[in-house]
Amino acid sequence: MSSENSGQILKINAENKEFKEKIQDLSGEKIDLCFQCGACSSGCPMVQEMDYLPSKIIRMSQLGLKEVLSSKTIWVCTTCFNCEVRCPRGIDIANVMEAIRQVVLRQKFDKVNIDMLTPEELRELPQIAIVSNLRKLTA
Amino acid sequence: MSKNNNDFVTIYVMGKKQKVPADLTIMKAMEYAGHQFIRGSGCRGGFCGACATVYRMRGSYKLQGALACQKQVEEGMIIAQIPFSPSEKITYKLNEIKANANTFLEYFPEIARCLSCNTCTKACPQDIMVMDYVQAALRGDIKLAAKLSFDCLGCGLCAMRCPAEIVPYNIGQLARRLESKYIEGPTEQVLSRCEEIKEGKYDKEIESLKNADKETLIKLYNSREMKNE
Amino acid sequence: MRLAYYPGCTLKTTAKSFDISTLESSKTLGIDLIEPERWNCCGTVHALSKDDVMHHLAPIRNLLRIEEMKKTGIVEESKVITVCAMCYNTLKRANLVFNSDSDKVKKINENMENESSVYNGSVQVEHLLETIKHQGWDNLRNKVKIPLKDLKVAPYYGCLLLRPRGLGIDNADKPSIMEDMIRALGAEPIDFAYKQKCCGSYHTVFMKERVADLSYKILNQAKIAGAEIIVTACPLCEFNLSHRQTEIIKNRSEFKEFPVIYFTQLIALALGLKEDSMVFGENKTDPRPLFKYKGFLKEI
Ligand code: SF4
Ligand code: SF4
Ligand code: FES
Repeated sequence: MSSENSGQILKINAENKEFKEKIQDLSGEKIDLCFQCGACSSGCPMVQEMDYLPSKIIRMSQLGLKEVLSSKTIWVCTTCFNCEVRCPRGIDIANVMEAIRQVVLRQKFDKVNIDMLTPEELRELPQIAIVSNLRKLTA
Repeated sequence: MSKNNNDFVTIYVMGKKQKVPADLTIMKAMEYAGHQFIRGSGCRGGFCGACATVYRMRGSYKLQGALACQKQVEEGMIIAQIPFSPSEKITYKLNEIKANANTFLEYFPEIARCLSCNTCTKACPQDIMVMDYVQAALRGDIKLAAKLSFDCLGCGLCAMRCPAEIVPYNIGQLARRLESKYIEGPTEQVLSRCEEIKEGKYDKEIESLKNADKETLIKLYNSREMKNE
Repeated sequence: MRLAYYPGCTLKTTAKSFDISTLESSKTLGIDLIEPERWNCCGTVHALSKDDVMHHLAPIRNLLRIEEMKKTGIVEESKVITVCAMCYNTLKRANLVFNSDSDKVKKINENMENESSVYNGSVQVEHLLETIKHQGWDNLRNKVKIPLKDLKVAPYYGCLLLRPRGLGIDNADKPSIMEDMIRALGAEPIDFAYKQKCCGSYHTVFMKERVADLSYKILNQAKIAGAEIIVTACPLCEFNLSHRQTEIIKNRSEFKEFPVIYFTQLIALALGLKEDSMVFGENKTDPRPLFKYKGFLKEI
């Protein structure tokens, strides 16, 4: 959904539909319930790091747009469930983020590389930080 | 096993069917079938861990691990050798590293990826609780990790099967080293032996060994003293 | 009361003060916490994708250990007490999956085939704050030896004690359990806007600066609201809020170190336990000057 596309008619094809199904299955969320109120985005602690707002990720998922796979948003999400608590439609947005991450991770992709950390960082970081980081960001 | 073949079993070495005597170990059976071990064999006594082998029994989905020099062949075994498991040799200076809770994470941060799936334990031919020693290491319990991994031979089967791509035996080894250096040891015997060596107590003996011919060496080896403790 | 206790990895390493103060203050409150002989990391985060089985093995294995403790009579109830917010959340949610998805139960059990028994789903996952609440706040109040008079404490809940909705230890929008605890200890709870805001969590590993920024906002809001100290129930929150102060100070020279401790340390202090039960020396931000100033700790 780059800006060059704005104003144009978006055609949803079979591939989009299939991709949307996949996200729904993996996340277990009925993303069509979203009516774009933006409550999720307004409470998100990481929006400054995001390219698409959480609500926009949901909209793009409704349309089955594969651009979500290359978005920064899915990786910087902290799974804090702030969006989940705020959503008036009962969607757990964090589940959708994880579903999209999983689609990418399952294609032999690791978002982070722990070998990049310095010995000093590794000495200081608590187990809980590294375990959770690697669970969310590596396959 | 059919009646008239009482003493033979059928095994499949890398897919090739072989009839071999039933009382042989996997290693001997493979040699019987004409294979020569260039890698994947060392002590032949269950100590060195060089002969890691995986097998499935016909009709079973289970992938099992064994030491070829120890495990006896069974009817319907489908066998492959894993002579080497690729892993980086992490270097650390034991005199410089500290035995603290995060030492394992510092050298092997990938242990944070452990899923507690227990696959490693299932693969281990030494019946070691591999998952439990990896987990002990993750939470900095050096003593427990050292104790649980004590019988590890470094055969590498756990590492080949770990979905988190951890190399458990390297972790067990670090645990045992840290424990013997900082927690339990060094023991009296080690210290006094080091002294003796420094004082030159064994210089003469070593010199004579160096000059001995093969026959003498074999004789000496066979009549060597073994310490029972 | 003898109850099973799941400490989690970090309480055995960088958050020992959380572990020790939990055990000691619980004992004084009449709760004997017993750690399972065998346990593994719970995984710290709940696997959210619906087809995931593998990542549930870790928490379920721990719950099985608790069931075994109950069977062998080591503990009286099929219940596990946690203090770490992430362990609590992960164990609790995996348990829910186990008790609501029979397909998954089958797969999980298949993958735990060499366990000596099968998990029955009987374990109840409870946070120590809930246990203390069930004992009654009066019970806690009556055991206080050093009322923390005039101490202004900001309770920082963070994320996983309260969310997702319905799975936390208190109302996700308007929690009060930590405030009640603080009051029972004789201190004054300070309400502040960021008490449920995320500190950046595991992004502390590769996005240090962003986490320092989020932590700054939380610390600053607590300060503005008049707090003198923050208490938390999560070793990752504690790490971010205290260790990342180093990064904060680098960028904001006016920022002064602000103490962050575990709620169990505050309880231990008020119960008048020995200093080695509170282990304040292990905290990155030392609360002792404040406590001495307030007269809760003796000057040495
Ligand atoms: S722990 Fe791993 S390397 Fe050691 S003996 Fe067992 S399988 Fe082999
Ligand atoms: S196989 Fe790997 S991930 Fe599984 S329990 Fe063993 S070390 Fe952990
Ligand atoms: S050859 Fe050494 S263990 Fe088998």
